[in-house]
Amino acid sequence: MASHGIKDQVAIVGMGCTRFAEHWDKSLDDLIVDAAEETFASAGVSKDDVDAYWFGTAQSGMSGITLARPLQLEGKPVTRVENYCTTGSEALRNAAYAVASGAYDVAMALGAEKVKDSGYQGLNAFPIPNDGTARTLTAAAMFSMVAPAYGKKYGVSEDELTEVLARISWKNHQNGARNPRAQFRKEVSVETICASPRVAGRLGVFDCAGVADGAAAAIVVRAEDAHRYTDKPLYIKALSFAAGSGSGLIDPEYDYTWFPECATAAKDAYAQAGITDPLHQLAMAEVHDCFTPTELVLMEDLGFAPRGSAWKEVLAGTFDRTGQLPVNPDGGLKSFGHPVGASGLRMFFETFLQLRGEATPERQIDTDRTLALTHNLGGYPGEMVSFVSVVGTELG
Amino acid sequence: MTRGIVSIAGYVPYRRLQRSAVAAVFGTGGGKGSRSVASHDEDTTTMGVEAARRALRASPGSAPTALWFATATPAYLDKTNATTVHAALHQPTDVAAFDFGGALRSGPGALRTALSGTGTTLVVMADLRDGLPTSADESAGGDGAAAVLVGDDGPGTPVIAEYLGGASVSDEFLDRWRTVGDRRSRTWEERFGETRYVPLGAEAWQAALKAAGVTAEDVDKVAVCGMHGRAAKSVARALGVGDGALADDLSSTVGQTGSAHAGLVLASMLEQASPGQVVAVVSLADGADVLVLRTTAALADWSAAEPVADQIAAGADLPYGKFLSWRGMVTPEPPRRPEPQRVSSSAAWRNEEWKFGFVGSQDRTSGAVHLPPSRVSMVGGAVDDMTPIDRADADATIATYTIDRLAYSPSPPIVFAVVDFDGGGRFPVELTDVDPSTVDIGDRVAMTFRRLFTADGIHDYFWKARPVRTPTADTGRE
Repeated sequence: MASHGIKDQVAIVGMGCTRFAEHWDKSLDDLIVDAAEETFASAGVSKDDVDAYWFGTAQSGMSGITLARPLQLEGKPVTRVENYCTTGSEALRNAAYAVASGAYDVAMALGAEKVKDSGYQGLNAFPIPNDGTARTLTAAAMFSMVAPAYGKKYGVSEDELTEVLARISWKNHQNGARNPRAQFRKEVSVETICASPRVAGRLGVFDCAGVADGAAAAIVVRAEDAHRYTDKPLYIKALSFAAGSGSGLIDPEYDYTWFPECATAAKDAYAQAGITDPLHQLAMAEVHDCFTPTELVLMEDLGFAPRGSAWKEVLAGTFDRTGQLPVNPDGGLKSFGHPVGASGLRMFFETFLQLRGEATPERQIDTDRTLALTHNLGGYPGEMVSFVSVVGTELG
Repeated sequence: MTRGIVSIAGYVPYRRLQRSAVAAVFGTGGGKGSRSVASHDEDTTTMGVEAARRALRASPGSAPTALWFATATPAYLDKTNATTVHAALHQPTDVAAFDFGGALRSGPGALRTALSGTGTTLVVMADLRDGLPTSADESAGGDGAAAVLVGDDGPGTPVIAEYLGGASVSDEFLDRWRTVGDRRSRTWEERFGETRYVPLGAEAWQAALKAAGVTAEDVDKVAVCGMHGRAAKSVARALGVGDGALADDLSSTVGQTGSAHAGLVLASMLEQASPGQVVAVVSLADGADVLVLRTTAALADWSAAEPVADQIAAGADLPYGKFLSWRGMVTPEPPRRPEPQRVSSSAAWRNEEWKFGFVGSQDRTSGAVHLPPSRVSMVGGAVDDMTPIDRADADATIATYTIDRLAYSPSPPIVFAVVDFDGGGRFPVELTDVDPSTVDIGDRVAMTFRRLFTADGIHDYFWKARPVRTPTADTGRE
């Protein structure tokens, strides 16, 4: 099996991201136009300069016309992509490959989701006609099975685990509080987090990602053309994607303490990018913290901590904004919010700001490292799609 | 040729309503003892399936040629409910499946017709009984099912109770009635019904004894059942049977389960009987039906899959408010999630063995079990090289679990577990008949056929898991 990657062939030269929030006063079209205009301006291009578009939305619209209509694109190739919660990352991956292939010079990936028009809390899947035997659990319930399994396997007591998960939520709220584009901009104490109402299993409200509307976008060009658009391009070092077979749900060997799809995607991405020691090579990482146990387990799947040790690193502050490897410095899904189709591109947006030194001063990471990772997953433990990218400010 | 009962089983749902709970809320109504309550995910079809599974499990090798389903409270009209039972039992297509519906008498009527007929017939009887809050029907009624496998004595499938004879007498009078669409039954003044049932019961009893060639003194156990409690007691007093022959009619623990009750009390009596005893049941509904049987030597080698006494003893109380909401008498705030969409008829039919029979597939090479069945193996990747594997009767162990307080359910929260089956296979499945606070990793569960929800008038039938409960009751076989 070959996975050659496109290291240093494609660069991100412009990005935009709306605030993620319950945008009662904004439509999907408004969010698309806001994100697109900011992105065009960031790259110094117009919509006509962009040769092709990839539009990611999980369930806010169908077909490329959902993007072409609000932007009034005339005869452009616009592709709508959907891949659960990795939809935004998938839009960028496909746009980057199209540019790398030589088919287009300039491509835009835009992800958007309008979730708050449903009248329900949380995310609700679009129903597909079926035989009535499929599970109807919430994502929170599926991911809630990870924490007790992890605690049991590695001998972490219930109290210790509660503290670890609260620490993850606390950190992401700390980071989001400093981010003007985040959904939740308040610091939350560990005590408040621990006392929050239970949603599923032992997970409380503060263990769950924010549900928000939003949009984010990127413009990609061939690496050799990048400096025509910006002095500070972000080169794509790795794009990796793994879709699980779903067998984890019915395989008695699966123990709910890790996500094999994420470990697979990370390994492939590190090979593409030439990374051997992510904890010491990466400046930062944006990971898919849909629920606090997810972030805990990802620290091991992504190789930031040996198996069974991430909980200690969390408590030691290793992944704090000022720690050894800042994780989710923008607040993550927890605090920045999770408009499904936009989240993957929002992660890239944070790497774009941080590696270029353009985050607001109170939250800018102080580092001389030049590489950043984004990780995006969709689905559930046992039945998951996973995306990992590495981007960097320098060629080579 | 000896004809009679080859196997029998009762099904009593897990929940109980203490009758005293009614007066605690309304200041009136209720009474003493308890009644059985079907879970929010049960109906007469699912309870019938559970009874039928137990009857067939107690008679391995039996092969019914017909399946009759009798209930006064069918889940569907027009559509045959017996075909759902048929599918859940994965019976072959050449087994006839008929409903006997509407009247309370359809249960005992179907049973007597099978006993006096030919072929091997699985008679399944089920009912859900209630009434308006504080009513006598609410307290006296019960939910339950029974399944009776009727056939000729044969090698491997011996008759455990020979049908000696029976009688039915009929009369047209209004004691209890319900028009189509009515939420509750209505009854005439109680005294009038009693004056009709007492002579009708006596007439049928004498006729049945004559047909069976026995006297009242020969009867070792008899139960009288019927929704008219006073009439049933009066008829019982006049039977002329010996001391101790009157069996518990289960009214103080289960309640009267309507069209299922004759089968349920018969199961209870046979489970506790010894070979060579005469056992009879009298059922009062728009007349009277009497069956007289004699247990055979084969009874000694037969044992119930899950005796009625054990099921009664294993019950757990349900708050009255839950009872009222499960019966649609009150409507609590639903979860703030979209309601499920209706099941696709064609998708359900394609997956009939999986959906109704809980049959997965097993890779011939690796042995990997796929639930639901898969054409391509998750181990080794073999294509179209699977054999069916029935998991409905396999018990399982909880590998991990969670409680979902947000997901849609007719009765939140959802308790959900990942379970590993004895003999292979893992499946993430909803638990039912369970107290969320008592679930733990390592607990043992068994599969049970349930109704998940109803949308657009379509019932979504599938399987859940329920805790395996260690029997605590003495089966009391004499």
